Amino acid sequence: MSISHTPGFLAIELDGAGYQDLAGAVLAAESAGFHVATFQDAPRAGRANALQRAAFAGPITRTIAVVPEVDTVYTEPFHISTQLASLDYVSGGRAGWIATADESPEAAAAVGRSFVSGEALAQEAAASIEVGRRLWDSWEDDAVIRDVATGRYLDVDKLHYADFETPADFAAAPYSVKGPSIIPRPLQGQLPVLAAASLVGEGLVPVEAVDAVLVSAPTPGLLTAEIRDVRARLGGSLAVVAELDVVLDARGQAAEARVASLPESGRARYAGPAAGLVELLDVLLGEADGIRLHPAAVDVDLEELSRLVLPGLRRSGSLLGPLQDGTFRDLLGLGPAQNRYATTASGTGN
Amino acid sequence: MTRDIFQPSGQIQFGIFFQGVNSGTVWKAAESGSQTDFESFRRIVQTAERGKFAAFFLGEGLRLREHLGRPHALDVAGRPDAQTMLAALASVTKNIGLVATQNTTYNDPADLAHRLSSLDLISGGRAAWNVVTTDNAWTGANFRRGGYLDHADRYKHAEAFVETAKRIWDSWETAEGPARPVLHEGQHYTVDVTPRLPRSAQYRPVLFQAGDSPEGRDFAARQADVIFSAHPKFDDAVEFRRDIVARSVAAGRGANAVQIMPASEFILAATPEEAEEKKAWVRSLQIGPQQAIAYLEQFWGRELSSYDPDGPLPEIDPVVEETSETRGSGFHGAKARQLADQWRAEAKDKGLSIRQFVTSKTARIDSTFTGSYSAVADHLAEYARVGAVDGFNISPWLIPTGLDDIVNHLVPELQERGVYPTEYRGTTLRENLGLETPVRSEHSVQV
Repeated sequence: MSISHTPGFLAIELDGAGYQDLAGAVLAAESAGFHVATFQDAPRAGRANALQRAAFAGPITRTIAVVPEVDTVYTEPFHISTQLASLDYVSGGRAGWIATADESPEAAAAVGRSFVSGEALAQEAAASIEVGRRLWDSWEDDAVIRDVATGRYLDVDKLHYADFETPADFAAAPYSVKGPSIIPRPLQGQLPVLAAASLVGEGLVPVEAVDAVLVSAPTPGLLTAEIRDVRARLGGSLAVVAELDVVLDARGQAAEARVASLPESGRARYAGPAAGLVELLDVLLGEADGIRLHPAAVDVDLEELSRLVLPGLRRSGSLLGPLQDGTFRDLLGLGPAQNRYATTASGTGN
Repeated sequence: MTRDIFQPSGQIQFGIFFQGVNSGTVWKAAESGSQTDFESFRRIVQTAERGKFAAFFLGEGLRLREHLGRPHALDVAGRPDAQTMLAALASVTKNIGLVATQNTTYNDPADLAHRLSSLDLISGGRAAWNVVTTDNAWTGANFRRGGYLDHADRYKHAEAFVETAKRIWDSWETAEGPARPVLHEGQHYTVDVTPRLPRSAQYRPVLFQAGDSPEGRDFAARQADVIFSAHPKFDDAVEFRRDIVARSVAAGRGANAVQIMPASEFILAATPEEAEEKKAWVRSLQIGPQQAIAYLEQFWGRELSSYDPDGPLPEIDPVVEETSETRGSGFHGAKARQLADQWRAEAKDKGLSIRQFVTSKTARIDSTFTGSYSAVADHLAEYARVGAVDGFNISPWLIPTGLDDIVNHLVPELQERGVYPTEYRGTTLRENLGLETPVRSEHSVQV
């Protein structure tokens, strides 16, 4: 087969791996050739904190990006910014952030805050992302100078207060964040931020605030149309990642038989033999920059994906090779992150 | 045998406190590595594990320290989030405990309890929480709640927070559930949560606490497993132990229920002379001329750069009535002018220059063990014999090689004397510290 389009990347959602077999699952995903491991933070029994699972995966992997979901509504933006920057350090620049806006009343009750819904969710997400990004920039890259002669560890001129305030029309309780961050600028400068396409756009999270959107549709057939709609709505510069549930024929059991026991996710689902999935992903990778697979059972489906699906996609030329020593920004094709506070202009060639 | 009589274990253990922000960590030495790169953390935690250290501690920063209204430039600054770093270190270690310093004021109980539970499960039962409180609006400027907590309420608030966290950890019935909802309605928080995680191999995270005021000691005696104290000198340590035993028994817990691990610094060498030389070198790197001036500026509230660090203390008065919290919690509350008068008198009396005076104030005089490996080992064996402490929480002055001489030379000396573990007792922190399994908190559902 010949290459029919620009190769894309594959992400795998490892929520089902929990914490017990986390190391095994993330190493299997990396060796299978997945480019990204994502970690949901669904409020489900038995699920450990997503960001910590990503951090645990960081030091034991070399190429796979580690990208947790982190809520923006009931969490402290200052903590989240520090935690994500730290994740970037422990993973050697392979961290990202799927910014979510928790819609559940239970999440509000757990922290004793008023329940946020509707348009206010996107406002909370936008504010939290803006705080995170300002704090990541609040140390310029060369702020740590260790100048023995003057006794200065830091160049204070390269540190900046974030001075964030929620906008005047903010629907929830207003707040401010002073800064600077308590951790130097992350290795990638700015971590790539991903969000559901439904959270992004005019009047929602600004397009410029995110680097990639997650696109979902009820069926595989509708997914292509949805990807095109999202591109038309949000413009061509954003990376688009399509969401797909997968249930494969595995271990002598037909996918259809396994599907019966699965809850509805609202995402498009492929159920069947590996060969059919290769064909579908070939088509989808012609439309999207990447696909995030949600395996029905990580241990069962990952084996099939590794043995049959990814090799098939590599043969067809649809799949990017693993990114050796690359950052998550590199994978998404993002250039170096400019620092909004930089006192000296950089990267301005003539 | 009664639970009310304290029984020395005859052993001491070590923890390492990677402070991240302070003037004690030397950054000017050629061997000093990055304070943020993961390799620094990996190297030092793996060295500690090789030396059978019980625990690896991380401090927490919630606002970058300031000096005269700008970020403070002279000390090490900038550190990773404690729990994120510890989750990463969990994957490259097997036995060492992972202790996160986490504030009760700027966290939500349900969220913090869940994250600590996660760390505990991810690490196979090695997590601990060093409970600290903060109350100032200056720190609050980075958080949604702002400066909402009065100083007087900080322990009351912290205790309600810790009890809520314990109830969350205790509310999981079996390995598979079901979990019982936890409700708490307090002055500052309402919590209504159904816990999502089962117990870990050590039941729940170990609790460390460092309060030293009478309220702080009572809080620790009621709630903590280990006190991270400021009393490492022998007589002081013995007295502190006596006090904590009395408070633990009064709180209805056993005399051995609360362990004590004072903060400490070790400056060691093959001979006492070399150790003294090394100490002088370490001190000169900790407090240089700029740090000495800046230290005084913090209390004087004004620039003092025209003063000679090798001359006497400034004769001009401070411009602030009270020192602020901008350099961290250690600076709270002292009246500046009164303090300046005292200090000038003290320096004159002892014939100290600014630099010598500041070094005397900032060096961890009480908490430093200086000497040859064998002499310090003999000294520590005496602590073990009487049970003055359960261990020491060592702040290395060099990152990431600051534990090398302790692990290579001091630990074997202690092992030879039979007062230091030669192997980990188990895989959980609770087992390795020899702590009892906690009793399930009584009031799992509170209305």
